[in-house]
Amino acid sequence: MEKWYLMTTVVLIGLTVRWTVSLNSYSGAGKPPMFGDYEAQRHWQEITFNLPIKQWYFNSSDNNLLYWGLDYPPLTAYHSLLCAYVAKVINPDWIALHTSRGYESQAHKLFMRATVLIADLLIYIPAVVLYCCCLKEMSTKKKVANALCILLYPGLILIDYGHFQDRYNSVSLGFALWGILGVSYHWDLLGSLAFCLALNYKQMELYHSLPFFCFLLGKCFKKGLKGKGLVLLIKLACTVVASFVLCWLPFVTEKEQALQVLRRLFPVDRGLFEDKVANIWCSLSVFLKIKNILPHHTQIKISFCFTLLSLLPACIKLIFQPSPKGFRYTLVTCALSFFLFSFQVHEKSILLVSLPVCLVLNEIPFMSTWFLLVSTFSMLPLLLKDDLLMPTVVTVMAFFIACATSFSIFGKTSEEELQLKSFSISVRKYLPCFTFLPRVIQRLFLMSVITMVLLTLMTVTLDPPQKFPDLFSVLVCFVSCLKFLFFLVYFNIIIMWDSKSRRNQKKTD
Amino acid sequence: MAALGVATSGGNWFSALALGVTLLKCLLIPTYHSTDFEVHRNWLAITHSLPVSQWYYEETSEWTLDYPPFFAWFEYALSHVAKYFDQEMLNVQNLNYASSKTLLFQRFSVIFTDILFVYAVHECCKCIDGKKSGKELTEKPKFILSVLLLWNFGLLIVDHIHFQYNGFLMGLMLLSIARLFQKRHMEGALLFAVLLHFKHIYLYVAPAYGLYLLRSYCFTANKPDGSVRWNSFSFFRLISLGLIVFLVSALSLGPFLALSQLPQVFSRLFPFKRGLCHAYWAPNFWALYNALDKVLSVIGLKLKLLDPNKIPKASMTSGLVQQFEHTVLPSVTPLVTLICTLIAILPSIFCLWFKPQGPKGFLRCLILCALSSFMFGWHVHEKAILLAILPMSLLSVGKAGDASIFLILTTTGHYSLFPLLFTAPELPIKILLMLLFTVYSISSLKTLFRKEKPLFNWMETFYLLGLGPLEVFCEFVFPFTSWKLKYSFLPLLLTSAYCAVGITYAWFKLYVSVLTDPPVSKTKKQ
Repeated sequence: MEKWYLMTTVVLIGLTVRWTVSLNSYSGAGKPPMFGDYEAQRHWQEITFNLPIKQWYFNSSDNNLLYWGLDYPPLTAYHSLLCAYVAKVINPDWIALHTSRGYESQAHKLFMRATVLIADLLIYIPAVVLYCCCLKEMSTKKKVANALCILLYPGLILIDYGHFQDRYNSVSLGFALWGILGVSYHWDLLGSLAFCLALNYKQMELYHSLPFFCFLLGKCFKKGLKGKGLVLLIKLACTVVASFVLCWLPFVTEKEQALQVLRRLFPVDRGLFEDKVANIWCSLSVFLKIKNILPHHTQIKISFCFTLLSLLPACIKLIFQPSPKGFRYTLVTCALSFFLFSFQVHEKSILLVSLPVCLVLNEIPFMSTWFLLVSTFSMLPLLLKDDLLMPTVVTVMAFFIACATSFSIFGKTSEEELQLKSFSISVRKYLPCFTFLPRVIQRLFLMSVITMVLLTLMTVTLDPPQKFPDLFSVLVCFVSCLKFLFFLVYFNIIIMWDSKSRRNQKKTD
Repeated sequence: MAALGVATSGGNWFSALALGVTLLKCLLIPTYHSTDFEVHRNWLAITHSLPVSQWYYEETSEWTLDYPPFFAWFEYALSHVAKYFDQEMLNVQNLNYASSKTLLFQRFSVIFTDILFVYAVHECCKCIDGKKSGKELTEKPKFILSVLLLWNFGLLIVDHIHFQYNGFLMGLMLLSIARLFQKRHMEGALLFAVLLHFKHIYLYVAPAYGLYLLRSYCFTANKPDGSVRWNSFSFFRLISLGLIVFLVSALSLGPFLALSQLPQVFSRLFPFKRGLCHAYWAPNFWALYNALDKVLSVIGLKLKLLDPNKIPKASMTSGLVQQFEHTVLPSVTPLVTLICTLIAILPSIFCLWFKPQGPKGFLRCLILCALSSFMFGWHVHEKAILLAILPMSLLSVGKAGDASIFLILTTTGHYSLFPLLFTAPELPIKILLMLLFTVYSISSLKTLFRKEKPLFNWMETFYLLGLGPLEVFCEFVFPFTSWKLKYSFLPLLLTSAYCAVGITYAWFKLYVSVLTDPPVSKTKKQ
């Protein structure tokens, strides 16, 4: 790459922004008795360092699971252990059993922030750079600009470096990205290995698992299930099983251990949703208190059915026509379906949708930028709670400017560039006057930006009426949810009409 | 937001660059700020709550007002906005007051006044005809120049972390340079006169302005061989220039003359009671001199040539004293530094007179003035290197030789600013930003001049690469060694001495290139 230096500058800009954001406050700073995600992180280091591995996931006098008990897969725990060893060298007080609860100091904050930056630098950023370098049919300048936009995506920066997410998102998303890279460029085994690592780092990566499964299965089918395809399938299965066994080695020896870990990972007895999430269930509950009306197991069933129904078409399509492009779009729709319909969703899970959207940024810059803006906006209540208004506004604007200049998104709203050409053509067969789509989408974008700006301003400046103390955060979630539904439809349309356009193109060629 | 979109969508890279760096500045708001923050808060309070007659007498805080009157008026104007943020910061007695609103206001005032700087950069880019190069945007001299100026590492950390108002002052200077390039001499002179009354450190470059305006503006024509045509002297131009300077000075100093406070004002502006070197040694000639003195005294002690009892205590325990006493070499007085500075400036002035090369020659002379005063001046701050670095950026995109000097000067000059930020959270920021600027400046200028001979010879490459190990030693290794307590001054001394070598070298190389450059008749084709 002859312009390596531009890529280096872009990475350095990304790192600088990350570190400057990390100078701000974090979740639960100075808020006893529970503190926040930051304390959870520190507490896990304490637990993993001081307790034998068999006790990590069990409630005991030393390990009160109600106080930020470990509820992530083993890799997370190992990572905590690694960090704890470093912490031990610097200052043993940070991880002392019991006595270190709620430990806060400037030096410790610095240490925690540094662990995030290092993890990011080792896993997520190289994956992004490599992904952008591997893009085809693009000038170097465009690749660099693309990398800049992805690295500046404010949602991830703010959650990892501002809020301090309960698990370093950049690690799990980074592994997932390595997986996507591997699978897209015919390194299927390495790709599935990377994805297994992601899955074992954070169970939320299950949002991405179906497209991976379908894409690899589709590949096997394509090669013929009797010859090469079968070999590949067996190899893949072995890789997955082996990597899982490796990660779970200390826990698989006893049945009770494994079950307990699983119970910790999937706390089905928690509610349908937590806090304010921009998904269907939370938005519906504005009108209808589903949580109270329906019994618990029905809630689970309903959410499961809806999720499955909404992602099924895209997945089936991917099995029969596996292509890297379809794979990326299916990742988007699947993750989005999970986010919108599944059980026990956090507002931060939107990052799992944002990652694949970042990957299609160069193909549909206008819509992707819009989506990424909305996704950051949907986390506004959370970010405001952590006192991150300033970095939020600044990084969002920086991201917007980066996208606007590098893709000149406002000029890219024709049907072709929105990838809606074939869809419009097929609609026009029945509705000849169907030519207004780009204009409608432009208007919608403008309206959406205006509502987002207005809502942000209102949340920041106005006090909510006493009757509805959560008025603004509910509004934010509701508005975002509507937009996410729109995006779900849009991305599904792209997937469904994708190959037709290609066939048409071939015909015209 | 929509306007923002319109501004950026048309491929308007300049506004994107400017907005980008503005946003970065906003992100730097929560970073560490030095005592200069309190200095400026105190000035806000003084100018807001005291009558003009007391401005230069007030001394409740140790940070008395020691900038010229225009700056005081500037603070006065700011204070009228400040009162809507937090009234308390305008109280003179409220020492070290730094509420979050005060912080926000002060930081934003710097960011906001930087608009002038952005405008100046925009004007400079218009009048610089860099090397003609490829069509690609990132290889255009204008693009490179605006990145080098707007994203300048030194300005970012000095203004937006350490806290000062260099941005808009530098903007004034760049704007006046741009005006001279555009042949709008009167405007340039006016801007510079105003600038002088904002911050008198710019007196360093005043000789270049004075002589250039006299030689190339007051004398309207040259003889064919480039020497001055004495009968082309225009009295009208001289008088109008004089009038401008006089009026600006009258506006600034007049009130204090009327109050007969001028001596007091000047005693505040030029505090010769301070030491030869600032708390951190600026990487100049005197840093080398001091370092040599230290080395000699250590050797002397080892060889028993010196009597340990006669050595002043302070000089051996720390490098952080204001009054540095030399043990072996003769001590330096302000007069000596003044003479040295004048001698160092003279050749460049002569060049400006006898080999006029238009505005480019003026720019070179200005940089040489700034650098020479930096090299030999009394109580020089390390931040003063910006005075040379920013104008030098204008030259760097024009010629490969200048680019090479620029890169050595900026890299070492910027590195010498590192001790300004010594707190742990800022460590990654300064390293990342420094890397960002250095990688970009070196690679982009290399790309721009890729068809010419390499920018650095092996010695220069070796020297610049040496900064890396030096940083690792000073910040990561040294604090964990047993020398930390005994020789706490060592990192600062090493940094200053190492950077002083590079800056002296750049100064020397620039001087050589100015003196040996072919005279005007050959280069002047336009």
